[in-house]
Parts: sequence; structure tokens; C-alpha cells
Amino acid sequence: MSNMLERVRGTLLEPAGIGEGDVGRLMGALLNHRLDYADIYFQYSRHESWSLEEGQVKTGSHNIEQGVGVRAVSGEKTGFAYSDEIMLPALLEAASAARAIARQGSGLTVPSAWRSIPVLDLYQPLDPMTSLEDGAKVKLLEQVETEARRQDPRVKQVMASLSGVQEIVLVMRSDGVQAADIRPLVRLSVTVIVEQGGRREQGSHGGGGRFSYQDLLGEGAAMTYAREAVRQALVNLEAGAAPAGTMKVVLGPGWPGILLHEAIGHGLEGDFNRKGTSAFSGRIGERVASDECTVVDDGSLPGRRGSLNVDDEGTPTQQTVLIENGILKGYLQDLLNARLTGMTPTGNGRRESYAHIPMPRMTNTFMLAGTYDPGEIIASVDKGLYAVNFGGGQVDITSGKFVFSTSEAYLIENGRVTRPVKGATLIGNGPDVLTRVTRVGSDLQLDSGVGTCGKDGQSVPVGVGQPTLLIDGLTVGGTHGS
Amino acid sequence: MTQEAKQVVPAATPEALRALVSEVLAEALRQGASEAEATASVSQGLAVTVRLGDVETVEHTRDKGLGVTVYFGKQSGSASTSDLGFEAVRGAVRAAASIARYTAADECSGLADTAVLARSIPDLDLYHPWNPGADRAIEIAAACEHAAREADARIRNSEGASLTSHEGLEVYGNTNGFLGTVAATRHALSCAVVAQDDSGMQRDYWYTVARDASELEALEVVGRQAASRAVRRLAARKLSTRQTPVLYEAPVASSLLSHFVGAVRGASLYREASFLLDQLGKPVFAPWIRLYEQPHLRKGLGSAPFDNEGVATRDRDLVRDGVLLGYVLDSYSARKLGMQTTGNAGGVHNLTIQPGSDDLPALVRRMYTGLLVTELIGFGVNTVTGDYSRGAAGFWVENGEIQYPVEEITIAGNLREMFRQIVAVGRDVDLHGNIRTGSILIENMTLAGA
Repeated sequence: MSNMLERVRGTLLEPAGIGEGDVGRLMGALLNHRLDYADIYFQYSRHESWSLEEGQVKTGSHNIEQGVGVRAVSGEKTGFAYSDEIMLPALLEAASAARAIARQGSGLTVPSAWRSIPVLDLYQPLDPMTSLEDGAKVKLLEQVETEARRQDPRVKQVMASLSGVQEIVLVMRSDGVQAADIRPLVRLSVTVIVEQGGRREQGSHGGGGRFSYQDLLGEGAAMTYAREAVRQALVNLEAGAAPAGTMKVVLGPGWPGILLHEAIGHGLEGDFNRKGTSAFSGRIGERVASDECTVVDDGSLPGRRGSLNVDDEGTPTQQTVLIENGILKGYLQDLLNARLTGMTPTGNGRRESYAHIPMPRMTNTFMLAGTYDPGEIIASVDKGLYAVNFGGGQVDITSGKFVFSTSEAYLIENGRVTRPVKGATLIGNGPDVLTRVTRVGSDLQLDSGVGTCGKDGQSVPVGVGQPTLLIDGLTVGGTHGS
Repeated sequence: MTQEAKQVVPAATPEALRALVSEVLAEALRQGASEAEATASVSQGLAVTVRLGDVETVEHTRDKGLGVTVYFGKQSGSASTSDLGFEAVRGAVRAAASIARYTAADECSGLADTAVLARSIPDLDLYHPWNPGADRAIEIAAACEHAAREADARIRNSEGASLTSHEGLEVYGNTNGFLGTVAATRHALSCAVVAQDDSGMQRDYWYTVARDASELEALEVVGRQAASRAVRRLAARKLSTRQTPVLYEAPVASSLLSHFVGAVRGASLYREASFLLDQLGKPVFAPWIRLYEQPHLRKGLGSAPFDNEGVATRDRDLVRDGVLLGYVLDSYSARKLGMQTTGNAGGVHNLTIQPGSDDLPALVRRMYTGLLVTELIGFGVNTVTGDYSRGAAGFWVENGEIQYPVEEITIAGNLREMFRQIVAVGRDVDLHGNIRTGSILIENMTLAGA
């Protein structure tokens, strides 16, 4: 761990000539005002992406971003400033801007020594961009294209992209805690357009996580993404009008867990609950789901896209139980909201970059497995919708209404999956949708590693998951009235 | 290492940024590129939020960046950096050059043709720096939120009011001799409050945005509007599934036009991923619809003297008498399609649908029975097929009058049909963004509910 800290300091501070004493001076400049808390967040990130269309990798890009964010907190007030120059004069200027929210006077004292906290070891501190030669990245995308076209002559277009990020972060807090992390992240995405008799449809798939490009190679992940994108697109060529109205809905395992992210995850973030603006505010201990449902957020899963060794405020990630056997158990907390509400931080304080203020955010959010056989769940439905793939979703925290849109769905008739139907938006009410979950399957799956969550203009990578589950009544927004 | 090792370019002036871009282009040529283009930008601003009468956040923003694309014949690579120091900039050019060695030669790649580059750069009056300072910004936001909370006893909670003020400077240059500078400001005041009664809670918001702070709506108006929008949603009901006319209130109607833009942009067309493929010269809207771009509107939020490739922007009709007259193209997609760029690298500029003569109440009367949509959520729009299905909230209308608020419903159709079934466009034009439209009435959609 201290090895990690040395490496990170070597990358972030030493080239700028910033030593221990300078950070102390900076913290001192913040703390000569009356604050409850302050932190300094150093970040260096490097990002690349390569994209293929029409059989060729035509474009690639490389991006370097670095900077430092300075935050001062007094009560519910946050002062924040950042600089993309990791240099002492710029940092002192940022500190002076950030502390302006505080009254004159002094509160906290500058830490006399920095204390490292134990952080997790969920991924290698590697640089994904150097894990493969550039030529091999191009070749990988070309193989993905070939694999997709090989599946079916109706494939007309293949678009594929490969991206890699390395993020190096160091957070130093007014309570003397310091934490460092080196975070790799890779992702490969494939979209295909298929055509038959003048009708065009698309299918998409992809995946990734906190590992190197090597993990996407060979007959492994990348090729399965290509085949899956084609399979989905071909299914959609046969899709008829989706039904409209409220009906039984069976959600497949894995990515359909976006249900949990939208319906309950956002509503359980600590900031909305402290402010009382969430439909879940003040409901801890109440029933918000059927007995079958236990939902957790877990940032401590090895290698997952939503995982972090330590959050962006220096709190190690953990598994947080949100709903246990249907009862609301907890919220997702960052330091500010935990302090103001007398709760414990849960390692969910995240920020898009040094230029953004941390907020409570999800990591990997999923429902634990139940006992039902997935086939039996489908067989139990006379008439309904079986939805196995989704695009994005959204939620209105205050009214609790949420949506998520299918990209692959079928009708269930007399206990059997019959015809595919076009994409439709499903809409429900977060605080009660899970009370209508009557069966939870034994087939828990996490998604393949493509999710990005947006909140207040900040994007962070997340994961979702769930087993197959049956919702006894959800509104399906198709065009075909029943 | 010492601090001096990291040279800082004092790039806050137009002259310094122009010098930087010129230097980057020269460096690209020195590294062997046959062509290059670069954009450098600096911006700074202030954002404050006041919640329940007290300061919640004070944010000072200051960003800079450089993006460069290099061409080695028909191979290209791009890179960007937030560090404008000489070493970092040279590193970015090297990174872009290194990528270009691996990308495929693409016949259509390259800079915009010299003939279409902007020759003179009109002053569009986009730069009106304000610098209110944190204290004044806090006062304004606080007064705005206060107006919202005083407007109705049912406003019980707040997500706060925010004032933001930003100014930025951007220089684009390429090795065909183009070097253009745009300075622009953007100021906004927004307020989001929560109304509550026995039926539950509803949140809504209102905002005002302008290049020139003196043109912002009065803060009391913003606050009161946020309050009334939240209160009117209380006690919303669910509707049963039905076919119905749908009236999109102007602020959400602009989304319909952005779906149109998504379908006629070059990348969707040459990839054959659009429901408006091969529709040039054909009717795609109701026969009386006109859609046009006005890139040179003074102080316009979507105004630009040249596009992201230095191509001159100009007024034009995209749709006249319902017929599609033009696509939304940059140089690359234009070459792919065997056409000319339309000056839309980076998007459309002040896309406007010709307003009609009815205000919103008149449109509600005209619809007589149907759904007035005031909020849309979700991403259920398929640009390849035009299939459309989104979550909605709004009001049920009968006898030409609003009856009650509704929520937890979806509206669905296909955009090709929806565009042809536009019955009316209001004169209540929403000027909050780059797409300018009044409320839009569509003849028939499927509403799914209970």
C-alpha cells in the first residue's frame, strides 16, 4: 500500500516540485479559516480511444488531463476551486478561493503528519494503454469487425471502439488521512446495423473493467461482444410492435439491473435524503420491496467497472446493504452527507475529476440471487413481456418515477417466450415497483462492464446486476394497445 | 525538479492563444505531418448555489485545453492536453502523430476545402463579461430562491437556486491558413424547488440563460415560475392506455427537432443508421413546416461565425414546405456522401422551426382532448428506425382546458409519422438553447399507462 502511495506521489507531486511541507502550507492556508473539513485532490489521467467503421480503424485519440481540486467545507457549505496547473502558486490561489465560504477565525489545526489508511487491492495498478502494442489494438478491432460480419450476410455496418484509461489519484484531508489509487479501465463496444428487405435495425454490446487490454483478447470477451451485437440486431429485424399498457414483466439477468440503479439506487443517495428531496427520504426501516428482494451496492468487487480501492474522498469501498428482505436498510454516503446526518461514510464519495465536487454515487448495484429457476419464472406468466437487454434509463428522484428502455424484448404468451417486440420504455414508481417483485431467480449476473452514470453533469463508471425477476405489473410503453 | 522546469504559457489573451495554435501547427509540420488543425481554449467562471436561504456551494472554474489533429497524407490521429506548456503541447503532437501511423488511409479524411473557409469573421456580439463576484452572485441566487419559496405555501423544500457566469476564448487554426478566434460568455440563473401536499412531492425548475447578463429574465420571474411549475404537478394521476393527440410544451418540443438533427447528420447517413435515409427532396414533415438555421444571430446561444473546421456558417433552410432540403454535414461526412459541407462540424446553429400564430392556451383549445406534455424522461429513441417511446408527465386536457396533472405514463410512435402528423407549432418560442421552437401539437400517439 505505501508502495502505491510512493508511486502516486512520484507521479503527481515530485515533477511539480511539491513536497510534504508545501502540502502542509496549502492545508494551512485553508485551515486559517473556520472549516469543518477540507481536502486536496490531485489527479493525473490519460485516456485513449480507437474507433473502427467500414472495416478500418480511421481515427484514434489520446488525451492527458491533470490538475488539483481544493475543497473547503463548513456546515452545509462547500467552497471549491481547481487548477489544471499542479504548481504551488496556483494551488494557493485555489485554496484562497475555496475557503471564501468560511467565516474568519480558526477551527481545525493542520495535521502534523499524514496517515495512510489501508485501501483495497481490487485491480492491478497498471497502465492499460501500454498493455498492448498500438498495432495490436488496431488488429483487435479488425478481428471484431470480421467476427461480426462472419455471423450473417445481413450485417451492413460494424462500428467498434476500444478505449483505455489510467487514472492516478491522491487525496489529502484535513484530518491527516491520505490515500492514493491507480485505476485502470478498459472498454470495448460494438454496434452493428443489419438490413433485410429495406428494413434496418441495430444491435450493440460491449464490456470491460479495471484490467488490461489483454483480458479482452483472443476467443474471449471481444469476439463474444461482436457475436452478441449481431444476434441482438437480427432479433430486432423480426420485432413487431411492442405492447402498450400495464402487464407482467420478466427481466432477464445482468444488465437489466439498470432497473435497480434507476428505481432505487439514485433515490438512496445520501444528498437527496439529507435534503429530504427523495421519494425515499426518512423511510429507513420501512418496507419498500417484497421479501424476495435484497439489494446491495458494492464497490469492493475485484476488477469490476464500478469498483474502487478507495473512493475519491479517501474512504475504502465496501458492500452496503440498501434493501434487505424488502426492508430499506441504508443510504449511500459521502463524507459531507454522512457527517451532516450522523451516519457512517460508505465509500460512495465520487467525482468525475479534480474539476468536480464529490457527491454520493453508486458503484456496482445489484440484487442478490433468489431461489426460483429462471425457466419456471417465465413459465408462470400467462401474458407479459420478457425484456433481456436495455438502453439507458432515468429517474425523477422526488416523484420517484423512473424509466428504462428495452433494446431486446419478447412477448410471453401462455408461459412461453414467443415473438420479439420493438424497443419500448418501461415506466414505474421507484418506492413501490419492488413491492411487486413476486419471484427472484437463482441466476444472479453482473453486467459486462459498460455502464456510465450521470448526475449533476458528472459522469462516473458504474456496474449493475440482478437475477431474472418477475414484476407483477409495470407499464410498458409500446404502440400496440391491448 | 523545480517549478521552472514546467514552462507555463500565459495563454489568457487572444494573441497568446493564436500564437500557441500557430506554434502547434508549425510543430506538426516539423514532425512530418502534411496537414494539421488545432483548437485551443481557455475559460473561467463562477457558479454558486444557495439552498434554503444559505450558501451551499461556491465554485470557481478555470479550464484550458488544446486539441490537435494531424494528417500524414490520408492517415490521421488526434490528441489533447489540459497542459498548455511547451513540452506538453509537443507531446500531444507526438501522440497524435504516433496514432496516425496506425490508422488506415481514408480517402475522405483531411481539412475542410480552402474555398469554404470563412474569409471574414463577423462579430456576433457573443462576449459580455460580467464577473458578478461571489457575494453578488449569492445575493441574486438567494433572492431567486426566496421568490420561489414565497410564491406558494406548498413549496416546502428546495434543491436551491444557482447562478453561473462563464467566459471563454477559443482559437481554431489549420495549415490551410485559417486562424479564427471566438470569445463568448454565458450566464444563467436557475431554481429548482419541491412542492408537497397530502398527495406527495413534486420537483420542477425554471431557468434563464443569456450571452449578456442584462438580458436574463428577472430573478423573481425565474423563482415564481419554478414554484408554479412544481405546484401544478401535485396530485398527478395515471391515465389508462389510449390513442391521443399530444401537445409538446415548447421547452420539451425542442427534443423532437434534436431527434431530426440526429437523423440528418452526416455520420448517421453515411453509416446508413438513420430513419431519414435518402429523403433529400422528399416530404418529411407536414407540408407547411419550415426549418431553418440562423448562425449569425447577434447574442444567439447557438451562434457561430465559423464551424469547428473553420468553414463559414450561413443562413439556410433545412426544410421548406415540409420537404427536406439539406443535411447536417461536416467535411468528412460530406465527402463520404459526395456532397459539400454545410458548415455543421460541431452541430447546428440556432435551428428554428417557423412559429405559428397560436399561443399555448390556444393550442390547448385546438387540441380539445389530449395530453399536454411538460416533461420527458429516458432515452427510448431509435435513430435507425425512428421508433420512439419515452416516459412523460404533464396534463390531461378535455374540452380545450387542462383538467389535472398526469404522470407515470409513456408516449410512443414513430418519428417519421410524428413529423408528418405535426398539426400546429405555437408562437411561444423557447429561446433557452440552440434549437428554437414553440409548442408542437402531434395528431396521434400511443399513450401507455394503467
